[in-house]
Amino acid sequence: MRWLSDFIKTLQPTIREWRLSFYLLNRNWLQRVALIVIALLVLIAIFAPLISPYPSHAISATNPKDKLLPPSSRYLFGTDELGRDLFSRVIFGTRISLQTALIAVGLALLIGVPLGAIAGGLGGAADEIIMRITDIFLSFPPLLLAIAISAFLGPSLQNAMLAIAVSWWPWYTRIIRGQAVSIRERQFVRAARAIGTPTFRIIFSHILPNTMAPVIVQASMDIGGVILTIAALSFLGLGAQPPTPEWGLLISTSRTYFLNAWWYSTFPGIAIFVTVLVFNLIGDGVREVLDPRTRKF
Amino acid sequence: MKKFILRRLLLGIIVLLGVALLTFFLARVVPSDPAAKWAGPRATPEQIARATIELGLDKPLYVQFGKYLLDLLQGNLGYSLRTRRPITLELQESLPATIELVLISTIAAVFVGIPLGVISAKRKDQLIDHLSRLFSIGVVSLPTFWIGLILQLVFFRVLGLFPMGGQLSTEIKITMDIPKVTGFIMFDSLVTGNFRIFLDALWHIVLPGITIGMYPVGLVARMTRSALLEILNEDYITAARSYGLSERIVLWSYALKNSIGPTSTVVALSIGYTLVNTFLTESIFTWPGIGNYIASAVIGLDYPAIMGVTIFSAFSYVVLNLIADIIIALDPRVRV
Repeated sequence: MRWLSDFIKTLQPTIREWRLSFYLLNRNWLQRVALIVIALLVLIAIFAPLISPYPSHAISATNPKDKLLPPSSRYLFGTDELGRDLFSRVIFGTRISLQTALIAVGLALLIGVPLGAIAGGLGGAADEIIMRITDIFLSFPPLLLAIAISAFLGPSLQNAMLAIAVSWWPWYTRIIRGQAVSIRERQFVRAARAIGTPTFRIIFSHILPNTMAPVIVQASMDIGGVILTIAALSFLGLGAQPPTPEWGLLISTSRTYFLNAWWYSTFPGIAIFVTVLVFNLIGDGVREVLDPRTRKF
Repeated sequence: MKKFILRRLLLGIIVLLGVALLTFFLARVVPSDPAAKWAGPRATPEQIARATIELGLDKPLYVQFGKYLLDLLQGNLGYSLRTRRPITLELQESLPATIELVLISTIAAVFVGIPLGVISAKRKDQLIDHLSRLFSIGVVSLPTFWIGLILQLVFFRVLGLFPMGGQLSTEIKITMDIPKVTGFIMFDSLVTGNFRIFLDALWHIVLPGITIGMYPVGLVARMTRSALLEILNEDYITAARSYGLSERIVLWSYALKNSIGPTSTVVALSIGYTLVNTFLTESIFTWPGIGNYIASAVIGLDYPAIMGVTIFSAFSYVVLNLIADIIIALDPRVRV
């Protein structure tokens, strides 16, 4: 397991950078609020069964005698067409959105990062081929490729995650490759090469750990966009399927009833908006902190 | 200059080939049984066999790809499963409605977004800058399809100011002759002097236009602001100021002109976003464009139609980016 401890050691500057960024972020009140809201959302996602007043309503329990009731002290966000408590469903939706967004971004990193390291570390034909493939993927408007892929894989939340990962990885490949190219000629890599370290070992244990910081920042900034994309796919019928309380799907189902039940579309939409907004606010702040030209101490 | 454009065009063609390759891969290689997908969910064995021959699935992959490319070049995207009509024809019919929407929102992006970005850069770190930044980050965080529903709720259901959807009122559709010159209702009615139809169309496009337009306005405002802020620090701006030129001339003609590069890139980008956002909003407003077309294709599992829209949108996105790059090349500093 020596490579693991090596890997952790090489991450230390990254962690220091992160703590500094966190400190700088925390000084701006808007970003501090955003950080607090993100922490709250994570807590809501984890403790969803304890917070929601009617946990069974999150999935399929029905309660027809209370259908389409407006918000009240009993049903905070009102009820849907099957009498389910919308508040409980939105709470459980937090869990689904955060989970799927994290998995989708993680998958995209899993594809994109090694490919970027190989492209940048090897150079030559491998670099050329990998980068031209990313060009092709990036020449699709965002969301479009995800729509096409999840349509062909068949509509489900898992396939939507997969589709997002498959259309998202090229961004990470590009970032990693750019970093790797600049690190490839540094002294410590040359030293490793001089003592005969195999190329793939150089790429994965010398170059890769030093390229991770910007891509992790980018990935955390992308969470908001990915949540929005998942909601959009579900809205089109390509993501979560009923009775999953996914936010985009909730809004999609509400379309039949919303003119006479304003609460049905309103609350899931606010949930999406707030979640995406706080992630984007943090992303914006991180960008400013990391750019030396806009960084303010 | 000529050389640059030529090289960029060549690169564009290569990217288009790549897009064709990727869509081919997605439609023919990824599914375990592409013929069954192509023939639809309730196809008979004979229909599947016919699809196999039609797609050339019995031939090697490179022959299939050759045929696929040839079909694309001839504008042949196959037949819709639901209507059994050529997809190219159906796209042609629904395209004008979408272009109208995209155009309106792009005009908004340019005429609202750019001034917003300029004002924001001019009054950096003042209240109006904070507000406009909050606005731009807010609109890119809003789910487009949700804005559509909320606007319908407020402006149709509660206030009754605007229609719920459609391109024209039913009574006008029934009682009046809709002029057909180019297929663009607003343009056609204006050219033929049918002001009642024009006003009705205008009245109908307001809500979907706002829904679709919010995102590009925010995006363009944000981009213009950051491009301008960078330029306002340049020496030649200081020089222009020290000549005693008024701040207005410095800002609107010295600085803005030089931020045209990043701004036109982002306008091209936002047209791409807008096109995809129509997929999410047109069905809400029963707007008869390609967004509505793909939304119902998704529900009906009409794979050829989904693929057709995908290819069409990707191709137009590539072409748009090409145009943006060429506009940037008009900037002498970029010329190679």
